[in-house]
Amino acid sequence: MVKYIDLLLPTLLETIYMVSVSTLSAILLGFPLGILLVITEKGNILENQSINSSLSLIINISRSFPFIILMILVFPLSRLIVGTTIGTTASIVPLAIAATPFVARIVENSLKEVDKGIIEAAEAMGANNFQIIFKVLLPEAMPSLILGITLTIINLIGYSAMAGAIGGGGLGDLAIRYGLYRFKTDIMIASVLLIILLVQIVQLTGNKLATVLNKKR
Amino acid sequence: MISIKNLSKKYTSENKIVNALNHINFEIKKGEIFGIIGLSGAGKSTLIRCINRLEEPSEGNIFINGVDITKLNKKELRDLRKRIGMIFQHFNLLDSKTVFDNVAFPLQVSGFKKSEIKERVERLLSLVELSDKKDEYPSQLSGGQKQRVAIARALANNPDILLSDEATSSLDPKTTKSILSLIKKISNEFNLTVVLITHEMEVIKQICDRVAVIEDGEIIELDTVERIFSNPKTETTKSFVSSILNNSENEIVYPKIPNSKVIKLNFLGDTVKKPIISQMIKNFSIDVNILSGNINELQTTSVGNLLVQILGKDKDVNKALNWLKKEEIRWEVIWNG
Ligand SMILES: Nc1ncnc2c1ncn2[C@@H]1O[C@H](COP(=O)(O)OP(=O)(O)OP(=O)(O)O)[C@@H](O)[C@H]1O
Ligand SMILES: [Mg+2]
Repeated sequence: MVKYIDLLLPTLLETIYMVSVSTLSAILLGFPLGILLVITEKGNILENQSINSSLSLIINISRSFPFIILMILVFPLSRLIVGTTIGTTASIVPLAIAATPFVARIVENSLKEVDKGIIEAAEAMGANNFQIIFKVLLPEAMPSLILGITLTIINLIGYSAMAGAIGGGGLGDLAIRYGLYRFKTDIMIASVLLIILLVQIVQLTGNKLATVLNKKR
Repeated sequence: MISIKNLSKKYTSENKIVNALNHINFEIKKGEIFGIIGLSGAGKSTLIRCINRLEEPSEGNIFINGVDITKLNKKELRDLRKRIGMIFQHFNLLDSKTVFDNVAFPLQVSGFKKSEIKERVERLLSLVELSDKKDEYPSQLSGGQKQRVAIARALANNPDILLSDEATSSLDPKTTKSILSLIKKISNEFNLTVVLITHEMEVIKQICDRVAVIEDGEIIELDTVERIFSNPKTETTKSFVSSILNNSENEIVYPKIPNSKVIKLNFLGDTVKKPIISQMIKNFSIDVNILSGNINELQTTSVGNLLVQILGKDKDVNKALNWLKKEEIRWEVIWNG
């Protein structure tokens, strides 16, 4: 039992580490892109057809890569940023890159749901674009953004398990090394159960947060 | 105050051009409540939205206090908008913010200090009688309460002008009345110029000083509310006016008696109170049969209509009609038997 915990706990922490750092990076990169997608859209506050369509194209292309291929493709980039291509820190780079366009689309969809009339009312009050984005669009879309981020985290938990397959560490790595290569089914089941638990916790927390915010309006 | 010169607006969508406004000219005076009425698609929203440039005019100029606002750059336009409040049909409140924070929003946008914001918001909420709702969210309010919050928000920056785009169109008649009297009270208290658009003559009747009738992007009639009511010139205006009189002459059935005339009498102001009909019967050898009638209380006066059938010899009837003219009562013959 102690042996199990010694084995599972560090790998669980590895997974949490990979997922949280890559989520944060994807949010930092994806939010500006998503916001840009919305405000450059036709009829919006910074309408710009060429920025909008080229950004949209880039996002679509990067979303088309299967994750496993993307991981191998960004090996050089991982080496450049974190100095290695193996291990948990190295997997953060492809995870963040895979999640960024996803976050951008999620932000775009959430912000588009904000009533045009509300944006117009803010314009009529003399709000500038910065104020419209940060005081109107983002707060109004918050519940939907939170659900989107929840979805991103859950996707990243899945991807991080896949990253484990090529030496990325974490629960996925453990399941493959022990379950697949050494036939230790109990460890495999335990790591899968932990992944399920993690997903449940994230989903329930996200739902709860969104409901609390929604109740207030 | 607001002077609109040769204003046109074209929308180009895919393959066709819509001329939403065609060379519009008129002026709105300081402190007046100016109504713009028209049917759906007439161009009302386009017109009012040009005044704060939510819509960019295609041609023409708009002067506010002598400044041509079509020439302002983005920064100047934002400053101008802070002095023009606007309210909307669907309220457009921020759902994620409380009543207090909604009213505080324009003040934050303008960069006021926290303490000053608190003081002002509280004053505004008491003005619209919603002090007890300040911590609630818009979804917890009725339509009328939402519009009151929107009015408080529109007044936050002490504007000179209030624009109202169908602000009462999604409210019931009673709530409409209370919102309109609030607007009127505020306009008096702060010498606020109000431009309101509507498709309901009832709204015009209740609070407007002057009214413009717009059709197909053109102003077809513009006058004081009394004169529009007592003497509408175009068919569109006539149908707007008769929409609130309880009946129009076309719907009234009267016996087609030979040697009789059906006459519509228009009363304006003091003439409403005179015993015209009984004097007419006493002075001339005619009979008068009243078919329908009504009186509408406007802002400053009342206007009335009376549909009567006059029976008698042509000579006597004509004498009576001439006498009416001298009494400054306008009439028109609806049917001649
Ligand atoms: N963004 C737009 N693009 C193209 N055409 C438009 C646009 N906005 C308005 N129009 C057209 O301009 C004309 C005037 O529209 P407007 O919204 O000003 O009418 P309205 O009098 O406010 O009508 P309603 O009472 O229905 O609100 C209509 O024919 C409408 O179809
Ligand atoms: Mg309209």
